[in-house]
Amino acid sequence: MALECINLEHVPASHTIHAALFQNIKNASFLHQQLLAGNTEFEYALIDASVIISRLHALAAIYRAVNDLLGNKLRSRNVHSEIVFSLSPNNNIAESFRRFGISPETTSLLVIKVSTPSSPAAGEDIQSHLSKVVDGEQVDFSDGVLRAMTDMVRVKKIYKLNYSSGVNGRGKENAVYGSDRTSQDSKELEMLILGSMALRGATN
Amino acid sequence: MEVDTSLSQSSSPVPLPLILQRPSVPAILIAQGAEALLFRSTYLLPSLPCALKYRPSKPYRHPTLDLRLTKHRILSEARVLTKCRREGVPVPGVYALDEGAGWMMIEWVDGEVVRIRLNEWLSRRAQEGVPQGVEDGKLVGLMRRIGSAVGRMHGVGVVHGDLTTSNLMLRPVPAEGVNGGGMLDGEIVLIDFGLASQSTQDEDRAVDLYVLERAFGSTHSKAESLFTEVLGAYEKSFKGANIVLKKLEEVRMRGRKRSMLG
Ligand SMILES: Nc1ncnc2c1ncn2[C@@H]1O[C@H](COP(=O)(O)OP(=O)(O)OP(=O)(O)O)[C@@H](O)[C@H]1O
Repeated sequence: MALECINLEHVPASHTIHAALFQNIKNASFLHQQLLAGNTEFEYALIDASVIISRLHALAAIYRAVNDLLGNKLRSRNVHSEIVFSLSPNNNIAESFRRFGISPETTSLLVIKVSTPSSPAAGEDIQSHLSKVVDGEQVDFSDGVLRAMTDMVRVKKIYKLNYSSGVNGRGKENAVYGSDRTSQDSKELEMLILGSMALRGATN
Repeated sequence: MEVDTSLSQSSSPVPLPLILQRPSVPAILIAQGAEALLFRSTYLLPSLPCALKYRPSKPYRHPTLDLRLTKHRILSEARVLTKCRREGVPVPGVYALDEGAGWMMIEWVDGEVVRIRLNEWLSRRAQEGVPQGVEDGKLVGLMRRIGSAVGRMHGVGVVHGDLTTSNLMLRPVPAEGVNGGGMLDGEIVLIDFGLASQSTQDEDRAVDLYVLERAFGSTHSKAESLFTEVLGAYEKSFKGANIVLKKLEEVRMRGRKRSMLG
């Protein structure tokens, strides 16, 4: 399984996105330490994949961070920390790192690297560096693989989503769910999460 | 160059937001209102359509005030949409926004606005010579679905502020399909929350209903007689709806007086 290069809609070609997903990580502590120490060889967004529900969820955070970079609106150190912060439903940057960033306990890891004109990075170099430093099994960055990693209870807690049990829950009478009920439910969950992320900081 | 050239060549120049000048599937201008432009564009992937609502700056307004107003409107619309969606009101979900740049991307809703569907249906029936009141089942069903959707919105504490049949969409339901007599089928989706606010005032709710009733009266008079179906379904949709219907009578009275004076 190799690093994936992703082009997002409305992102200039000069800003290329690289993504790699790993499972059974053995050296999360070491990787976490490199971020804390500010090791410049580790300019990545290191995301705990257990709080990511789908590709779209991750891509939405990347898009927001890159758009904020282009608009000179970064709230954190760089575009990579901003990707982690962009997953957050609120403005607490430190909390967003704790919730979505790598921790010593992380076992599934999503790595994102944005190549920019001021700090270009080639796919081969990223892949060979990751192969060297990440002690884990590289897997397909796909919805299916992510789903198996997701801690849904935690995700719902972070985004304060218990819509299916609430009194005003999306009732059966207005939402016409087909036979594929669970996939409809997770699409709805994804939509609500994207909304929370988009509204982050919209406090006035 | 990345942008649909038909836009830049159209008679009145359409101000494109910076975001639509970046590489993507060409955007299509869908509607141009007084305050906002609505494009069909894409979110993250070429295969994921979105509606991009753009509020261009107004040259006649003071720049600082203009920016503040634009930001406020984008944020307030996005906030109401996410609140509705979380609470199960059928509205487009919010994907992304950049209030400083004046745009917001929301879920693309397939289908057509109720105004157009209803007019098509009414004119087809007129052509076929079906008398009013006969085989109205489909229309009654539509009116009831509208009533429940509006009631659901009011029930979560949101008033729309511009409730017309152009701001209600009919999204086709996969199993049914649009053709085959199902012109009025589909799920109601409420759109355009540019004038919406969070309110639980019966007066505000009643005005929403009054505006909708007038919209039916002025553009689809043949459907107006069935507005009671909207109100019937509305009444059952949340606790306290009956008080709103009382209030609606007052609002109607005021409206009538005003038109007699005017
Ligand atoms: N989410 C959506 N999906 C698909 N089409 C949409 C969506 N939102 C709006 N439209 C279409 O675009 C039109 C204009 O959208 P909207 O009413 O939100 O913009 P507006 O400029 O505020 O309108 P107005 O000037 O009438 O208040 C709608 O009538 C509808 O046809």
